[in-house]
Amino acid sequence: QDRCGCVLMMLCDGVCVQAQKLLRERLCHQKLPDQPVGLDSQYKHLLELLRRTAVHGESNSVLIVGPRGSGKTMVRIHEHHFNAAPVAGLLQTDDKIALKEITRQLHLENVVGDKVFGSFAENLAFLLEALKKGDKSSSRPVLFVLDEFDLFAHHKNQTLLYNLLDVSQSAQTPVAVLGLTCRLDVLELLEKRVKSRFSHRQIHLFSSLSFAQYLDVVRAQLSLPPDFPDPKFSDEWNHSVTKLCEDKTVEEILRRNFNGSKDFRSLHSLLFLAVSRVSVSHSTLREADLIEAWRLISVDSKANVLHGLSILELCLIIAMKHLNDTYDGEPFNFQMVHNEFKKFIQRKSHSIHKFEKPVVMKAFEHLLQLELVRPVDSGVCKVQREYQLMRLMLEHGQVMEALQKYPQCPTDVKQWALSAFG
Amino acid sequence: MSHQKSFQYADLLSVLERVVDIMSAPDQYSYPSVFIYGHRATGKSHVVLSIMKDLELPHASVDCVECVSSGLLFHQVLSAFFGPDAAALLPRCPSLSDFVRLYKQMSSNSPATQTRYIILDRAERMRDMDFSLLPALLRLQELVNDNVTVILLSEIVWEKFRPNTGCFEPLLFHFPDYSKGKSLVQILSWDHHPSYTPELYASYINILLGVFFSVCRDLRELRHLAVLNFSKFCEPLEKGEAKESDIHKLWKNIEPHLQRAMQTVYLREVSSVQWEQQQMDEKEATTLRVLSAHAHIELPYYSKFLLIAAYLASFNPARTDRRFFLKSHGKIRKTNFLKKHEKTSNHLLGPKPFPLDRLMAIFYSVVDSRVAPTASIFSQISSLVTLQLLSQVGHDDQLDSPKYKCSVSLDFILAISRCVCVCVRLLDLLALSLVIQSQVVRQERSLFTAVSNLHLL
Repeated sequence: QDRCGCVLMMLCDGVCVQAQKLLRERLCHQKLPDQPVGLDSQYKHLLELLRRTAVHGESNSVLIVGPRGSGKTMVRIHEHHFNAAPVAGLLQTDDKIALKEITRQLHLENVVGDKVFGSFAENLAFLLEALKKGDKSSSRPVLFVLDEFDLFAHHKNQTLLYNLLDVSQSAQTPVAVLGLTCRLDVLELLEKRVKSRFSHRQIHLFSSLSFAQYLDVVRAQLSLPPDFPDPKFSDEWNHSVTKLCEDKTVEEILRRNFNGSKDFRSLHSLLFLAVSRVSVSHSTLREADLIEAWRLISVDSKANVLHGLSILELCLIIAMKHLNDTYDGEPFNFQMVHNEFKKFIQRKSHSIHKFEKPVVMKAFEHLLQLELVRPVDSGVCKVQREYQLMRLMLEHGQVMEALQKYPQCPTDVKQWALSAFG
Repeated sequence: MSHQKSFQYADLLSVLERVVDIMSAPDQYSYPSVFIYGHRATGKSHVVLSIMKDLELPHASVDCVECVSSGLLFHQVLSAFFGPDAAALLPRCPSLSDFVRLYKQMSSNSPATQTRYIILDRAERMRDMDFSLLPALLRLQELVNDNVTVILLSEIVWEKFRPNTGCFEPLLFHFPDYSKGKSLVQILSWDHHPSYTPELYASYINILLGVFFSVCRDLRELRHLAVLNFSKFCEPLEKGEAKESDIHKLWKNIEPHLQRAMQTVYLREVSSVQWEQQQMDEKEATTLRVLSAHAHIELPYYSKFLLIAAYLASFNPARTDRRFFLKSHGKIRKTNFLKKHEKTSNHLLGPKPFPLDRLMAIFYSVVDSRVAPTASIFSQISSLVTLQLLSQVGHDDQLDSPKYKCSVSLDFILAISRCVCVCVRLLDLLALSLVIQSQVVRQERSLFTAVSNLHLL
């Protein structure tokens, strides 16, 4: 019987690991789903455009606009139908680098191995000539995918954009130029000559999911597929997932996440934190895991930082808060903060020792290093350090909340913070 | 060392459990980027590197302070994962595009069997590098199509890192700070000297924390102070004046010493070598020569008066000059303007610029003998500017009416006035200027006591 138990544990272990592997790949590796969720009409529109280029040889240019995490990268699935040249604005930060990358991807003749020969002007001339030589009927259509399109608009003279869009307007090799961006105002960034060559076709990926559809997606993301090797385990798992999604607290958490942002990336980070707790000893997903994951995600990081400050630094922050309240958010300098602190020490405090000014200055500089206080004009240092104007980067509410949680906070400090006029 | 490690793990148990969970399946994918933040000396780099070593995971640890250019970072990462030959394939000034392409090539030759980790310490420096470096590294897993995770360690919260148009959000973890009672005392007690009992050292640490804990919680600073001052603490024991159980006597001996340490060694006004030498010196009366003590700056006689005149010019408004510096004057009325702006006195706002003529006028009324306006007087003003006791406001090429500002504090001026045995009238001028401008009652009173002390000289 003991051996049976061991064997079961081993089986459970292996199966658990496989389940983890699958879920991690889905949540971390951002494996693209086969069909985009909630974006059917936009997807159809895009497919139609690409089809027109691939089949009928029409040159097209289109811009896909959508917030981060809304599924713009899914366009990559269709690259295999074309001679694709994907370029990314993040990586190719310059037109020269971008052009070399395009030449490499299209395997033009001036590429040997990995090295691209020639200067920028020569490469550009070569590319344009290569594209000019083809025509609608005989050559394979080319797809240019420009990720982070707005970053390309910051390059000098927008040369690359101008040339690509120019090619898409003239009767040469059928070319599709696809731009992906997260900025709604991207057209304002384009120069006049570039904008006129663009077809002004934009596809907006605004998610129209309702909360019920969102819950369905959650369930789908967490469930194991039917072709999982151990059907008994996968049935149990899927059953527990369904029950979990119907639980009230879990629904509350998912609703709060949904109200924050509808995109799937934040959902994935929440689910990943919960799924990473699954192990051999604890082989189903429980609601405590999700609650814990939500708590980790929704914590205020500045409050955590305030928790670890010394008493002197905390008193300086309270002094700054009082200055903000009295003078309505106008910038202050170290002398004023030190003044307020001295008033507190002399009138109201019993427990705080009277510290020398250099010691207080060192504490103030620590707050500067933590970037809880920032100078108003960050470059200019013409003024002495004590008189440089600063602003507090914390809100009234954050300071009060941090005080409640501060370990062993002396009562006179708390009273001072709560008093209205310092 | 291992017991130290295990203790620290116990303290940060819940955070560590999370981090280890994420790294516990090395042959599977992990989240593309993780951001760990916490105060200094809370053990972030130590813990992460220890986990890497214990679990024997392939990792590249880079300190962003060392990487003045992004090429250095790429070089270190590639040589850690694929060997120095791979790093040598990088071109002279590698761009991010070159790095990603080379990484893809290398990882297709030797794919990752376990998750590769890139650990970036002091990641706040990355904000000053290439603007696209941080967003690209956060999604490196997707860009190179390999099982790699980037861990960022920093003191500053994530909200300050986020680029304008957004980026891939990493998982955030907070490393908690040490609590006084349980963790800090225990960790500091590990340094105890072998010839004394651990209980004695623990009581010493408690005394030290009693003085310094409300000012500073940085573990490194506290350790430094503990090590420096322990020999002084044990002095009565060595001399035989007290036993180990006479905590009160030992406290009385060490407490003034620690207060002095707060004003010198803690502020780095003296070096630790100087501090230790001073402890060995039996004569306690020798005051330490601290870095910013102005008492030993030797200025020429007239320079001192020039500096005092500059201070008066900076901090008194021009309309009060008549009252202070002329023999006969009328009463000055507090105008509406003065009443409205009473709240923010000059002493809080900083010194105001003044033209050279005003400085010379005040100088002539302050100095006690007849002085001719020779070049030696004017060159002393330029020397004061070079010493950064005065600062010049406005352009260098304004030759006819240059403007200056006084950049020293009141304490310095009082120290100088003491040196020149300045007459009573000057002290009154200083005191009066403060009465009219400052709104802090206590500040005047303490200054009056200081001024009256000077009268006794």
